[in-house]
Amino acid sequence: MPKRLDIQSILVIGSGPIVIGQACEFDYSGTQACRVLREEGFRVVLLNSNPATIMTDPEFADATYIEPITPQYLAKVIEAERPDALLATLGGQTALNAAVALYEDGTLAKYGVELIGASIEAIRAGEDREQFKAIIDSLDVPGANPEAARSEICHSVEEVLATADKLGYPVVVRPSFTMGGLGSGLAYDEAELRDVAGTGLSASPVHEVLIEESVLGWKEYELEVMRDRKDNVVIVCSIENFDPMGVHTGDSITVAPAMTLTDVEYQQLRDVGIAAIRAVGVDTGGCNIQFAIHPDTGRMIVIEMNPRVSRSSALASKATGFPIAKIAAKVAVGYTLDEIPNDITAETPASFEPTLDYVVVKAPRFAFEKFPTAETTLTTHMKSVGEAMAIGRNFTEALGKALRSLEDSKSPLDFRRPPTRSAGELLASMARPHDGRLHDIIDALRLGVPAAEIYAATRIDPWFIDQLQLILDVAEHVAQAPRTGENLLLAKKHGLSDAQVASLWGLSEQEVRELRWSLGLRPVFKTVDTCAAEFAARTPYHYSSYDLQTEVAPREKPAVLILGSGPNRIGQGIEFDYSCVHAAMALREAGYETVMVNCNPETVSTDYDTSDRLYFEPLTLEDVLEVVHAEQQAGPVAGVIVQLGGQTPLKLAQALKDNGVPITGTQPEAINLAEERGAFGEVLAQAGLTAPQYGMAESAQQAIEIAHGIGYPVLVRPSYVLGGRGMEIVYDDESLTAYIRNATQITPDQPVLVDRFLDEAIEIDVDALYDGRELYLGGVMEHIEEAGIHSGDSACALPPISLGSEVVDLIRESMEKIAAGVGVCGLLNVQFALSQDDLYVLEANPRASRTVPFVSKATSTQLAKAAARISLGATIAELRAEGLLRREGDGARILRGAPMAVKEAVMPFNRFRTRDGSWVDSLLGPEMKSTGEVMGLSPTFGVSYAKSQQASYGRMPTSGTVFVSIANRDKRHAVFPIKVLSDLGLDILATEGTAQVLRRHGVKVNTIRKSFQGRGPNGEPTIVDALLAGEVDLVVNTPHGHSQGGDPRRDGWQIRSTAILADVPCVTNVQGLAACVEGIDALIRQQVEVRSLQSWNAAVEAELES
Amino acid sequence: MAYQDNPPVPALLVLEDGAAFRGLAFGARGEAFGEAVFATGMTGYQETLTDPSYRRQVVIQTAPHIGNTGWNDEDNESRRIWVAGYVVRDPSRVYSNWRARRSLTEELEKQGVVGICDVDTRALTRHLRERGAMRVGISTDTLDEAALLEKVLRQPPMAGANLVSEVTTATAEVVPAQGERRFKVAAIDLGIKDMSPARMAQRGMEVHVLPAGSTLADVMRIEPDGVFFSNGPGDPATADAEVELLRQVLDRGIPFFGICFGNQLFGRALGFGTYKLKYGHRGINQPVMDRTTGKVEITAQNHGFAVAAPLDSEVETPWGMAAVSHICLNDDVVEGLELRDGGGELIGFSVQYHPEASAGPHDSAYLFDRFAQVMEKARHA
Repeated sequence: MPKRLDIQSILVIGSGPIVIGQACEFDYSGTQACRVLREEGFRVVLLNSNPATIMTDPEFADATYIEPITPQYLAKVIEAERPDALLATLGGQTALNAAVALYEDGTLAKYGVELIGASIEAIRAGEDREQFKAIIDSLDVPGANPEAARSEICHSVEEVLATADKLGYPVVVRPSFTMGGLGSGLAYDEAELRDVAGTGLSASPVHEVLIEESVLGWKEYELEVMRDRKDNVVIVCSIENFDPMGVHTGDSITVAPAMTLTDVEYQQLRDVGIAAIRAVGVDTGGCNIQFAIHPDTGRMIVIEMNPRVSRSSALASKATGFPIAKIAAKVAVGYTLDEIPNDITAETPASFEPTLDYVVVKAPRFAFEKFPTAETTLTTHMKSVGEAMAIGRNFTEALGKALRSLEDSKSPLDFRRPPTRSAGELLASMARPHDGRLHDIIDALRLGVPAAEIYAATRIDPWFIDQLQLILDVAEHVAQAPRTGENLLLAKKHGLSDAQVASLWGLSEQEVRELRWSLGLRPVFKTVDTCAAEFAARTPYHYSSYDLQTEVAPREKPAVLILGSGPNRIGQGIEFDYSCVHAAMALREAGYETVMVNCNPETVSTDYDTSDRLYFEPLTLEDVLEVVHAEQQAGPVAGVIVQLGGQTPLKLAQALKDNGVPITGTQPEAINLAEERGAFGEVLAQAGLTAPQYGMAESAQQAIEIAHGIGYPVLVRPSYVLGGRGMEIVYDDESLTAYIRNATQITPDQPVLVDRFLDEAIEIDVDALYDGRELYLGGVMEHIEEAGIHSGDSACALPPISLGSEVVDLIRESMEKIAAGVGVCGLLNVQFALSQDDLYVLEANPRASRTVPFVSKATSTQLAKAAARISLGATIAELRAEGLLRREGDGARILRGAPMAVKEAVMPFNRFRTRDGSWVDSLLGPEMKSTGEVMGLSPTFGVSYAKSQQASYGRMPTSGTVFVSIANRDKRHAVFPIKVLSDLGLDILATEGTAQVLRRHGVKVNTIRKSFQGRGPNGEPTIVDALLAGEVDLVVNTPHGHSQGGDPRRDGWQIRSTAILADVPCVTNVQGLAACVEGIDALIRQQVEVRSLQSWNAAVEAELES
Repeated sequence: MAYQDNPPVPALLVLEDGAAFRGLAFGARGEAFGEAVFATGMTGYQETLTDPSYRRQVVIQTAPHIGNTGWNDEDNESRRIWVAGYVVRDPSRVYSNWRARRSLTEELEKQGVVGICDVDTRALTRHLRERGAMRVGISTDTLDEAALLEKVLRQPPMAGANLVSEVTTATAEVVPAQGERRFKVAAIDLGIKDMSPARMAQRGMEVHVLPAGSTLADVMRIEPDGVFFSNGPGDPATADAEVELLRQVLDRGIPFFGICFGNQLFGRALGFGTYKLKYGHRGINQPVMDRTTGKVEITAQNHGFAVAAPLDSEVETPWGMAAVSHICLNDDVVEGLELRDGGGELIGFSVQYHPEASAGPHDSAYLFDRFAQVMEKARHA
């Protein structure tokens, strides 16, 4: 059945900003979909609010709208573009929810837009627990007994107890109609259940709870299923979770294919999966089904089904080489699976089931260090911020590679350090799923704890526990064995890194490496081919293994290796993948053979289509050196690009160069010059530029002396940090001493940096290109929040909203001096602070920054592409002539037709609760906490800012109630904007102190009780009550007190965390408040329109031509 | 626990073209010879090992981890392990499954199956893919490549091998119908897998499993509603007696269903030739199109020979028009045949793949229903 001819244009919805649980896997799937649909000749209209995505590059759609993903904006886009169909199954839950909203408000019917991929009925059947349960329970699958978890609704403790007796303990209690899982819990016996059910019943406004049998500790599996409109169904991949039921699959170590099922049981899952996709009614496309299997009886429970492409499907695509999103898009427009070729073999069709001759392990990357008060227990609520995938010829090899891919020094297994806890302590610790559980198990095994006891504590399958034991056995054998090739090979076959072998043999990593090379021992590179070598693979998608035969093909063209950025984490996310992908595109076009090295399965960069060759490898020195060696054996290597993937590849630059690897562009020495404080200070001094005064303290006393010399407030941090880790602004001796006592270990080896903090300064972020002679200003961004809030967490505007041309000229001059002084060849990002008309250099990064995609989209100039070219010798003049850069002027030129672009950061606070169950604080500070970003585009700042807020929070109130609680030092600045809000017709609610001040300025204001005051004598509510009751539409709360880090029990914290719980937008600083007021004003008074990037670009082009 | 046998026992694998792979002993010690074939299924090693079609073949598992779920008492496809030798990369040290009774290693040792592990099975598979299936030897007795090669070259090739008599049942057996008996089926055991009669029994067929070499009289004595020819090992060109029996069955107008080897014999009975594939189809992910419905089924396959029949035209036979009903979407190999009488009624059909699955997907189970329908119609005709 060929493609449908009755549709010409298709609207694709992306997934918006990166948040926990919804990351760049949807950029990968959306990009694939857009590419396929355009190739098929459809007009593609795209809406996504996230500028850091590849899919929102103007070349991937005919009309790209970077607008909030809300029904209101979607309706505007539909009205303007009149698409025939809407494809919402590739943009995560966000896109699916948006599609449902458009169906429900009648927009789809009004404009005659057909929902393709999954019908509204299928979406609902997958979403609605009761409906889904009914579908599963009614499936008729010969030889299998699929069930949904048994449950009953109860209204009293007695009823609950009777139900639990029927279902058997443990049971899960889920109160009805509460937010964020409030009041839910697990009970193992009657006493616990009385307690949990009591809490649950009272938490429910209707005094109702669902009692469900618990599948905690059962084996957990997932299937990725694909169906076409002729009802052909294939299973793309099976995934087994190392961590059994109870831990969200995104937080689990997962393995593909399933390791501990016989064919009989696997086929039962397959049959049920196929029956379920049919019964739910996903007509075309992919879906993901999760199963729980009882480890002793094999009883099967179907947990859930997502009628859309998911994180697991991205993983499955990378794990098998079967591009799920691409195929899903093709079947959505009418093709059947047998009509679609398998890209990898070219000869065989996509209507088959991939078979693997390797093992894939995915490991989660957590960011608990960013939220020190957060509870680290892993639950069904996802908490990890990223993941790494590794491929090996066996589980042990893949696990070792996955753990070192996480790039967390604590992550790889430690065979040397003696376990510090007793067997009993370890067993108790591992019984609670948390991010250190794997290491608990390893330590317990090292202490000789029997596997059976570990199984009893964790319910991790005995096969996996034995694999961990195998690794330990190998390590023990190797540690005592002579340093022969045979023993080294044994270690390598089970995934031990050179560093791990070094620890066993008391050598340095470099010594092991040299020994290994001298023994002629190197990994081979195998191919991911979907078919276990049954057919020849056309796509060079490789992974390393210590095995016999390598499959890297020789080549003629010079190769450029691009090192990616590894697992997503806070501070290093999709933005860097964007730059790497752009480098691949630009260099392929420039005649190079592009070779991508990365280990993040969510990304576009690890799509085998992106580069000429893909190596799915950890980004460690050892692994990268082996890839370089393999490619040097295959043909000429022009160089390795390290400046586009963030800190991960940058950290490897010097060592790579020391090993004789050619680094393109900015050299490691220059990188070091910019990163090393003293050396960079000299660069600035020579250029006549100023940095805020600072000092390096080796003791607490010295820190105080330095602070006195500089004057408070000061910014303190450990001397070597990434992403603002451990940074704090302190305002007095007391908080400085507390910081040093609590947050650092100050020693002469680990000094603490004390910087002058520029209070109330404007922070400016600049991205530029430099080729050794000419500087091209990509863009100058003015932060909304003042200096002191991490640039990644701050909203910013481009062009700058308040800077005059003389400031921009000064910035240009400074950039030139820094670029020349450091020796940049490629991208340079510098952060400045403007304080009382003085320009200070805060830091310089000679690499792609987080803002590159935003700047590129705001100015219609592909900076990362240009940087890749410059790093390989092209000049800015040449790139201007080619048209890659503007022929005249640069990104700093203000054009009348260009948009006012605003970037806003998106925070993950609603994912983290403290140990006592409340939410973590939402204050911003010098430590970065955001996971993603959105962009607002319009002709004016107010509308763009409003769009950015709507895109990040889903809404911005234009009426209703604003609650205000302002710190004393902010009151002056806050009065005017609050007055404007009141004049715009919003009701102002405040606590007594703030209310008094506002009344003095003629603002009409109602007062409400603070939370610690409790309810009044007549039941008058507190602000917390009002928030929970949905009576507040916006919270303005700036922190009282001085320290922005430290003690979580500050005043206002409860308000802010309740705002998170109630999902109410919360502004925590006065600059944000001013911008917010401008935005609300714009929404009320101005016409808000949508406009495609292509249209903006055309306007810019026209203006530049004229 | 040591990470492996202590000390590990070296083993050697040599192919008839001289390629040699070194590894470690796995299963029984000794020597094993056969045709080297690779199987790509990620599950179902127990079913694979006990499939009689693997008689005289040394099976290379492309999935690296083998043995994880041990050995149970339910999943055997016949009374014993048939593979001549076994090649895997990472055998499991332990097993984990609620149905497992013992380890794979124990079972291999008990049944004297010689294996080799710690081999680059992917390199070996690519070798066979490029050069075709060939004879192989595994040894733990000698590590002398030349000596083992000499023995390998003395082995008979698979082409021309008649192996049916080595695997067929000695005596007739009856698998009773589940529930009400609707049909009686005579199933000729050419190396039958237990799941085939089981699937028929589930559909109300009483299955009389008859030894190869049974005559028409043996078949007719049962008064069958249909005749079934099973899968099995060896070269179909050597099975003239069975082909003759099949022709007589067709002469009598008895509905026929054949699987795998049975498909090849059906092809020969209808007048088509059979030929040896370069390296065969062995896996549980093979896409086959049913040309009547245009639907794709994912199938379990295990065959080294195939039928040579025209894909685009029907062929006249003494019993009616014969046509290719199913093709493999990977390489257009004939995967099914059907025979219709003058009135266009289906009277016999066969598939090259394994609708009984085990191991493998159940997509093609409908073929057993189709067999029932054909028998039902014939009864009323």
